[in-house]
Amino acid sequence: MASTAAVPFWRAAGMTYITYSNICANLVRNCLKEPFKAEALNREKVHFSLSKWAGGKPEKPTLRSDTPGV
Amino acid sequence: MLRQASRLISRSATAASSKSVTARAFSTELPSTIDSTFVESWKKVAPNMDPPQTPSSFMKPRPSTASSIPTKLTVNFVLPYASELSWKEVDMVIIPATTGQMGVLPGHVPTIAELKPGIMSVHEGTDIKKYFVSSGFAFLHANSVADIIAVEAVPLENIDASQVQKGLADFTQKLASASTDLEKAEAQIGVEVHSAMNAALSG
Repeated sequence: MASTAAVPFWRAAGMTYITYSNICANLVRNCLKEPFKAEALNREKVHFSLSKWAGGKPEKPTLRSDTPGV
Repeated sequence: MLRQASRLISRSATAASSKSVTARAFSTELPSTIDSTFVESWKKVAPNMDPPQTPSSFMKPRPSTASSIPTKLTVNFVLPYASELSWKEVDMVIIPATTGQMGVLPGHVPTIAELKPGIMSVHEGTDIKKYFVSSGFAFLHANSVADIIAVEAVPLENIDASQVQKGLADFTQKLASASTDLEKAEAQIGVEVHSAMNAALSG
């Protein structure tokens, strides 16, 4: 049984569902009125540091932070 | 005294379990009572101790599939950061599925629906509550429970119409000037979401 379901355009362009869903959510958040917009953007702030490991040692970390100065 | 207990119980339990090779029941149909043959055998060997609990005795059983269609739909509407509706009994919900606006009444056929950006309305008596949902899924179960999950859902009053118009114009222009597949896809998503918000605010 061949699955001939039409792929959504974002899947055809190489995007995953999570990426699509997050983009949609961000667009909706950007169109909110104040103060809801400030609350929503505050809620979605992230702060992380990511480093790949090679040969048992961590390489240069990438830091993503939405709270400046931390 | 209890060293023999496990041997005696397993002896009587194996006698009972040989006839219990039945088809697996759905978790909504399992009885929530504890196995009575086990409890009887336990009481014979250790009358002063309570029979051990099993994980299922701590779980609340799921509402079972009624034989007649229930009058109300039970809705669980959750977002990553909040539980908007929790086991709320309503008359109907209309969800923005990718196949179109889907009306869900009690006794709906079990369905898993992917949601597109659009309006979800919850009807309870004469109250209608509308949310704009960014995307998500709706799981409709046989026991008239609807689990709706969304990443972002806002009441329509919280959307700013001027920003929606601006965003729509921006993304329409980006779509025209996009070069790579990915840019085209992102611009297309922008156009879709903003058009949906536009339609929601005006409709």
